[in-house]
Amino acid sequence: MRLLAIDTSGETCSAALLCGDALTQVLDFAPRRHGDLILGMMARLLAEAGLALGDLDALAFGQGPGSFTGVRIAAAVAQGAAFGAGLGVIGVSTLAALAQGHHRATGQGPILAALDARMGEVYWGCYRIGAEGLAELDGVEAVAPPGAVRATGQGLWYGVGSGFGAYREDLRLALGGALAGVDPGRVCEAGDLARLAAGAWRRGDVVAPERGLPVYLRDRVTAG
Amino acid sequence: MRVLGIETSCDETGVAIYGDGEGLLAHAVYSQIEIHARYGGVVPELASRDHVRKALPMIRQVMEEAGLAAGDIHGVAYTAGPGLIGALLVGSALGRSLAWAWGVPAIGVHHMEGHLLAPLLEEPAPEFPFVALLVSGGHTQLIDVAGIGRYRLLAESLDDAAGEAFDKTAKILGLPYPGGPELAKLAEQGDPGRFRFPRPMTDRPGLDFSFSGLKTFTLNTLRAELAGDGDPQQTRADVARAFEEAVVDTLAIKCRRAVRETGHPRLVLAGGVSANRRLRARMDEVMAAEGGRTYYPRPALCTDNGAMIAFAGWQRLKAGQAEPLGFHPRARWPMETLPPI
Repeated sequence: MRLLAIDTSGETCSAALLCGDALTQVLDFAPRRHGDLILGMMARLLAEAGLALGDLDALAFGQGPGSFTGVRIAAAVAQGAAFGAGLGVIGVSTLAALAQGHHRATGQGPILAALDARMGEVYWGCYRIGAEGLAELDGVEAVAPPGAVRATGQGLWYGVGSGFGAYREDLRLALGGALAGVDPGRVCEAGDLARLAAGAWRRGDVVAPERGLPVYLRDRVTAG
Repeated sequence: MRVLGIETSCDETGVAIYGDGEGLLAHAVYSQIEIHARYGGVVPELASRDHVRKALPMIRQVMEEAGLAAGDIHGVAYTAGPGLIGALLVGSALGRSLAWAWGVPAIGVHHMEGHLLAPLLEEPAPEFPFVALLVSGGHTQLIDVAGIGRYRLLAESLDDAAGEAFDKTAKILGLPYPGGPELAKLAEQGDPGRFRFPRPMTDRPGLDFSFSGLKTFTLNTLRAELAGDGDPQQTRADVARAFEEAVVDTLAIKCRRAVRETGHPRLVLAGGVSANRRLRARMDEVMAAEGGRTYYPRPALCTDNGAMIAFAGWQRLKAGQAEPLGFHPRARWPMETLPPI
């Protein structure tokens, strides 16, 4: 199985190639330079592995939540490249990738991932680590004020993502003793998207390119 | 060479394919008017959200209509500005990535160059050099066009674009969004002799435009007249007619000056407002009197569309221009900075 994954949902830009168990990733801190960088990253990974786009089994992308423009760039790049190469696409949650990244780095779980959504809210979701070592959503992903965030079960949770930087005290108050520790600095990485996409691929969760669409969570975007 | 064109700069998704000696092979436009109507104007985030849903299915559609497969297309053109940055990013990301996957060159097209060259899709096409009047919701410009990428800005609006003035005045008249075409329809029932509105900036030399004062004049006239006891519907129609006459006349006076100053006997009309029937008729009269001729695209190619992007991109790709592996659309992009071919 060969998957190429991309993420442009935040201030970093990353791409990762997963061939069987071998993962290679490139990542850059690149606010507003996603358009300049992402295709070059994808081309470089493929060239280094001696592969063409058409040799892949699918293209994965960080579908959100995150910057509206950022997740649209990832979706549009995945759509265009996948359609052009005759591939299917796999949209992967950026919150799930945050949880996966934390588990990869620390072995810890379960994880409550929260991203700063601005306007006094966070995008959040609860993840448990499944049998394959992959983050699995427990409940639903949502956008809400930090005071409304709740763990979906008993026990100790690890708080991960920029939401824990922007609303550290609000989230501590809301979660009380359920919080074992926090890592506000973790960002979404394409390598973690790729690992999650591999699980989706094994389950057959691959769609036609035009169905690779962003997940914004926040749908109220007008004042009216 | 066959080129796929993608337009997503504002509230229309347009996709088309243009080929050497084949002309326009397929062309589709989806308008988001219904999405934005309840807000009385384009909501940028909603526009971007819709483009990312519509653009790829429309690419599939035009390729099927043209009976073409991946290997039959030799270049991809996408609008890279000016326009709404979020909306531009969708078409740019999609178009650039598709070109990469196909292994063909890509080109980011200037939206207004697309409009400006659209009349070259028609028969007879204007020869260079010519004077172009670009009139849309965002632009009112007079340009001396010596060739592709050889543009000299002669004049522009100091405030509202002509199309913007049409839309805002339509709102004053209580017409549904987007009001420009509705205003023109209402003006058909208007008495041309009842009101005479000023022709802004025509009493002094120069080519620049200004339409915001005319809009205010219209509002004041309408208020005063509706306070009287005439038929309000007829008054609205008469005001619409006087407004349209004033805009058309102003544009005609400036175009005549530009044609005389440059010595080019050819005038090209492009952009959404160039679909206006009265504007076309008046410019035909003006240019006949000047011993020249007016050129404009069919109405479907006046408003935003993918055909003009495919065509402008084809011109530049054919000349060997292409983008590096990346996309970088610009909300603002002066047309005079474009390279010649």
